[in-house]
Amino acid sequence: MAAERRSWRRPTAFRRREFTWAAYLGLAAFFLWSAWGVGADPSRIASGLGRGLTLLGDFFPPEATPRQARRIADKMVESVAMAMVSTVTGIAISVPVAFMAAENLSPKPLYYLNRGFISLSRALNAIIVAILVVKAVGLGPLAGVITITFKTVGFFAKLLAEDLEDIDMGSVDAVRATGASPIQTLVYGVVPQIIPRFAGLSVYRWDINIRTSTIVGIVGAGGIGSVLLTAFNRYAYQYVTAILIAIIAVVLVAEGVSAVVRRRYQ
Amino acid sequence: MTLDVTGLRKVYPTGDEALKGVDVSVGGSETTAMIGPSGAGKSTFIRCINRLTEPTEGSIELDGTDLTGLDDDGLREARRDIGMIFQEYNLVERLTVMENVLTGRLGYVSGWQAFRRSFPPDDVERAYEILERVGLGEMEDKRVDELSGGQRQRVGIARAVVQQPTILLVDEPTSSLDPETSNTVMRLLTEIAAEREIPVLINIHEVDLATEYADRIVGLHDGEVVFDGPPDDLHDGALDRVYRGGDPPESDAPPADETAASDSSVGSEPGGERASADGVVSPDGGTTDRPGPGEP
Amino acid sequence: MSGIDAARSWDRFDRRRRIGRFLGLLGAFVVFAASWRYLDTGITNVETVPREIRDLLTRMYPPDVAYAPEIVEPLIETVHIAALGTAGALVLAIPVALLAAENTTPNAATYWLGKLIVTVSRSVNTIVWALIFVVVFGSGPLAGAVAIAFRSVGFLGKLLGEEIEEIDFGQVEAVRAAGASSVQVLLYGILPQVKPALVGLSVYRWEINVRDSTILGFVGAGGIGVQLFRAVNAFAWQSVATILIVVLGVVLASEAISASARRMVR
Repeated sequence: MAAERRSWRRPTAFRRREFTWAAYLGLAAFFLWSAWGVGADPSRIASGLGRGLTLLGDFFPPEATPRQARRIADKMVESVAMAMVSTVTGIAISVPVAFMAAENLSPKPLYYLNRGFISLSRALNAIIVAILVVKAVGLGPLAGVITITFKTVGFFAKLLAEDLEDIDMGSVDAVRATGASPIQTLVYGVVPQIIPRFAGLSVYRWDINIRTSTIVGIVGAGGIGSVLLTAFNRYAYQYVTAILIAIIAVVLVAEGVSAVVRRRYQ
Repeated sequence: MTLDVTGLRKVYPTGDEALKGVDVSVGGSETTAMIGPSGAGKSTFIRCINRLTEPTEGSIELDGTDLTGLDDDGLREARRDIGMIFQEYNLVERLTVMENVLTGRLGYVSGWQAFRRSFPPDDVERAYEILERVGLGEMEDKRVDELSGGQRQRVGIARAVVQQPTILLVDEPTSSLDPETSNTVMRLLTEIAAEREIPVLINIHEVDLATEYADRIVGLHDGEVVFDGPPDDLHDGALDRVYRGGDPPESDAPPADETAASDSSVGSEPGGERASADGVVSPDGGTTDRPGPGEP
Repeated sequence: MSGIDAARSWDRFDRRRRIGRFLGLLGAFVVFAASWRYLDTGITNVETVPREIRDLLTRMYPPDVAYAPEIVEPLIETVHIAALGTAGALVLAIPVALLAAENTTPNAATYWLGKLIVTVSRSVNTIVWALIFVVVFGSGPLAGAVAIAFRSVGFLGKLLGEEIEEIDFGQVEAVRAAGASSVQVLLYGILPQVKPALVGLSVYRWEINVRDSTILGFVGAGGIGVQLFRAVNAFAWQSVATILIVVLGVVLASEAISASARRMVR
């Protein structure tokens, strides 16, 4: 057909090919800057890897004396108890917060206030919250419970508020049209619509809380985390591995339970 | 160029025997349509040829090379010469038309070239020409998921043809298309086979399309060849055997593996070519050797 | 007759459900109470907790604006850690995902290896990974970036693997039928199909990593956390407030970027 051979280049998402190159170059430059910024020069990485391999020998096999094992068990129960308590308190606080943070049910000022609270809770990492709470109420599981409760509210109230915003107002109106009081409207028109998701979310959050409760101890907020930090500070790496295995096991069990319960509910 | 399949068996891990010793040869530039009910093993047969499905037993010779014995590299090389067109098009939906067509040239470029999309200029030029041939000129930069079913199947054809294959395997090309588009696609396939002088083996369940476009019909029932001959010989009795496995009511009811013999009278083919009159299953379960394919 | 029957069966169903719900709530309450008693938080007066927290908040007000310039540098370091950690995780996660996906893994052993990597990576919290890598690389942001990467590998590997399991295998087969090598099959058959998920998940994980990298400083793994903990330990609560506001801003900005990037790639 055509006398000369045609060429073909892949169409680019950016308008011009130069932009594509500029974007890739920019990205590459950024990552180089990042690498330089964190001091990731090859020799350091290489020596780190070498040290890592030697250290691997220090971490294995996992080992714990009977006393240490008992300590792991004790503190693990504390972690789980913290997760249980703060899931309940967190959800209890989430419900009113969620109603106040649902755009269709709440007056504007209250809506923004509660949305702000939710954003704050979600943006701050549990460890940061825990540090502040420990400063406020002192070391121990109470700080952990408050921390995890706070984090639970951010997560739970946000999702619950979104569900509330998505409910079918038609059926709410229908209940109201029968002459029901606001409380009755809530119980018959709103609650049935969110109950299934509510149950699933509770179990899911419980699963996350178990994970969180195993680490807040690192900053003194109770649970197994404190044991882990102590072990690290004493260079007892085999003990560290034993603790880590215990944590992984508990986290996996929680994940499994949560998955099974959610599947049965939905 | 000839493809000789002998004694092809396929037993799936479930224990299902999809092919029970199939012998088929195709060559020249004829279009062979393989018909049969679903579950007869048509797809398995065609997929065994380029070993997308691994055959259990038998040999597949392409111009004298046995494909069943090839290692990974050898198989890749052999696959470059076998163009395949799929029922569900199997185009990479999120890539452009051109990228899909150039997929047919992957066997000839390095991984890095493939990543850069830098194919040799000859390949690109050929891809353009084939796209024009199948009626998709100017469509090269469209993403495939924007195309209609008929257009997608044309891209599929272009992808297979750009391989410059020595044989085309076509698996149910029309079952996802409307009747009109089906006709266009079948015409395109037979024309391309004639232009490029390569044999085409088409799996198809629509008998009327098969008889209209194919030079030769192979009927498969329950993993066995029960008919092999020109379309004109495909009488009701033969159809009955293919689709119901029953004996033809009006004939002398030979055993299944030699039934085709009764239909092997010389057919007068439109191409003037001698039909695959002898291409039948002999009583000893032997080959379906065809006399050398005659160029008209 | 059918009316009576329907009413009776409805009745029974409701009672069973009510009993189930009652037992569930009772169980939750018992666990809650038992956990609370186990924790033995030693608060005799619950109302002291809000007061202590209010005390802390009043001491934070007003935020120390003059402190802001001092946290620009650690903030940039935090962003670097998150970006580099995500990039590193992505590089590692692609092979892990291919191993952990049933349809691309070479054999059963590699499949379980993939699952093991995913599980371990996901079950160990970022801060614990950071503790480990501070031992390996010494304190500093490099340890933080590696910790972020190791934590993210499991997340990305798991979700990407699930995405790979969902792909249309016909497209892969067609590429293979043309005589493509395994690298080419990956590039043309698999990658285009998972690309939107790949970009979406990486950006999403980057957003999480920005949040996670704010805590690395506590164990000496760099970022804004170093500054935060210094301020907390010095009881410089107004500086702490400034840092928290900045962290909040960065997290919200990263959320916005992540959301718009995920919308762009389809």
